[in-house]
Amino acid sequence: MKLGALPVAELTTRLARGLDVDTGPFVVRVETEIPALAEELRLLYGDFPVDAGGGLADFHVSVRRPAGPLGLRRWWRQQAMAYLDDARPFEPLPIIMAVPMLEWSINWCAATRANQYVMIHAAVLERDGRALVLPGVTGAGKSTLCASLSLRDWRLLSDEFALIRPADGLVDPWPRPISLKNASIDVIRRWAPDARLSMPVPNTNKGTVAHVRPPSLSVARAGEPAMPAWVVFPTFARDAAPHLSPLPRARAFFRLAACSFNYESLGLRGFTTLSRMIDGCDAYEFSYSSLDDARSLLGALPLP
Amino acid sequence: MISGLLLEALRAPASMGALAPAEWDVLLRQGRHVGMLGRLGALAAAAGVLPVVPSRARTRLEAALEDVEQQHRLVRWEVIRLRRALAGTGVPIVLLKGAAYLHAGLAASRGREFSDVDLLVPRASLGEVESALLREGWEMEKLSVHDERYYREWSHELPPLAHPKRHVPLDVHHNILPPTGRLRPDPRLLLEAAVPVADDSLRVLRPADMVLHSACHLVQSGEHHKSLRDLGDVDALLRQFGASPGFDDELAARAAALGVERPLFYALRFVAKLLGTPVPEVTGRAVQRAAPPPPVRAAMDRLFVAAVEPGPPRDPARRTQLARAALTIRYHWLRMPPALLAYHLARKIGGRRRRG
Repeated sequence: MKLGALPVAELTTRLARGLDVDTGPFVVRVETEIPALAEELRLLYGDFPVDAGGGLADFHVSVRRPAGPLGLRRWWRQQAMAYLDDARPFEPLPIIMAVPMLEWSINWCAATRANQYVMIHAAVLERDGRALVLPGVTGAGKSTLCASLSLRDWRLLSDEFALIRPADGLVDPWPRPISLKNASIDVIRRWAPDARLSMPVPNTNKGTVAHVRPPSLSVARAGEPAMPAWVVFPTFARDAAPHLSPLPRARAFFRLAACSFNYESLGLRGFTTLSRMIDGCDAYEFSYSSLDDARSLLGALPLP
Repeated sequence: MISGLLLEALRAPASMGALAPAEWDVLLRQGRHVGMLGRLGALAAAAGVLPVVPSRARTRLEAALEDVEQQHRLVRWEVIRLRRALAGTGVPIVLLKGAAYLHAGLAASRGREFSDVDLLVPRASLGEVESALLREGWEMEKLSVHDERYYREWSHELPPLAHPKRHVPLDVHHNILPPTGRLRPDPRLLLEAAVPVADDSLRVLRPADMVLHSACHLVQSGEHHKSLRDLGDVDALLRQFGASPGFDDELAARAAALGVERPLFYALRFVAKLLGTPVPEVTGRAVQRAAPPPPVRAAMDRLFVAAVEPGPPRDPARRTQLARAALTIRYHWLRMPPALLAYHLARKIGGRRRRG
């Protein structure tokens, strides 16, 4: 059964007890009593199956309203707080930020607990079975690029995490909602008027944030991994002509390792996996100012 | 009872082969909370049940085992650097706890999560060791004046050290219990009896002393959610050494010589009760002499079992929280005489209020 098939009232009841959402590589148990969060979850995660895993979840995320002194916060300036089993990595935030908080919480769980993968902070897309990895520091335009490509010719594997399997080097998809910031929100609305976005949330520590519902086909194929072929480091450069320049593998390796959440803690496993990956890929630096240019240049990358 | 899953898995690892996914959900969360996922993985592998575990659970256990392997690799490397740093001093390196189990190749190190190195050195060499380490690049944690004094005068170790490039915490001890406490084992006995591993520059406590140190740590540690891991150490050591000839007599004799029969009494009682560990006979009888009066014993039984019980993964039970609070009070009580304790707590509470 898909999450979107649950009527809102039933979804709300189920979420209060904890609902297991199968996001592909991880089953996430989401527990919340915040009504607006149920509605947004239906929008963003509607295509994902629920109740998978037979009661075994990988991450447990509870977003609740802390009562505050004398229970005042229940009515006045309500807040949302994330409880991740014994961890509470975030300060409470205004309740309007519940959706970004849920997304950050799930990311936090993966980044700190999923050492079965070599994890790189990167967007990943797929075409004809081969994966394009776009590692990125914040502000490089990685998510905008990821949203625009996945809403046209590419399959979305992930907006934030390249999950590389040490055993065979394949990337497991994790096609969760794509996080857009500030000006990117309108850029993507213009690029794909049909795309469904969550309500923009202003004043987060990343500015205004909205999430894009992942394409249904990408979610349906969440079980199909892909072999990386291209590692492209994007930079957004306003008004500049698009420029794609090859990057020597050794330099690409170190830049990739620097974008990894767990390269250091994996030790030998991290080194072996990443070096094998980079050996099988072509690496580039890429600066762009228009999504159309990016789409045509990246779409024409030759196979390594 | 669902919260007994972790104890049951530790007591009878083969039982993990029959757990349903929903039980794994609880067991994995409890295991992670107490830092024993790696141990569960090692036990499941040794019991041959890893292949029949649900695949999501198996993935997590295998990842935990890989993590442990990497931690062990880092600790081994840190010990190599330590040997190099202290070579000039001529002070022998006596490893304690995790690093010792690892270097001695003991079963207690299998799947054991740890990332720090503990050393025991003669008190007279403390200054020399400290300056050699600082010279070789280790740095000492910046502490308040009170905390610095706490470590230097009233504790059994130097303030925590770490090398800024490697970040492996290093604790240099001159005893296994604080000098201000009720029990004062003579560290010279431990150092004299230490046995070499590899060559003579690296040593570990002899088997009986290892059990005693681990017992002291179990019942006098301030981190109660990690008590189960300490319990696992005592269990693994006793199971490995228990069968060697002479071990039983020696354990009883060393406990008496070091004056730590009370912690050993508790440790043996709790491993037997919670993990079903076989207790060596002679020692078992000998420590009865050190048993506390029955009401104290009954209270400790209840407190300890409640504190160790990991309970539901989120929000530990009220009972567990209260038991942990009570044991924390006991921990401080055993560490310092009342006047010093009052002074220390006043400084701590005062400091917290000033900061807050």
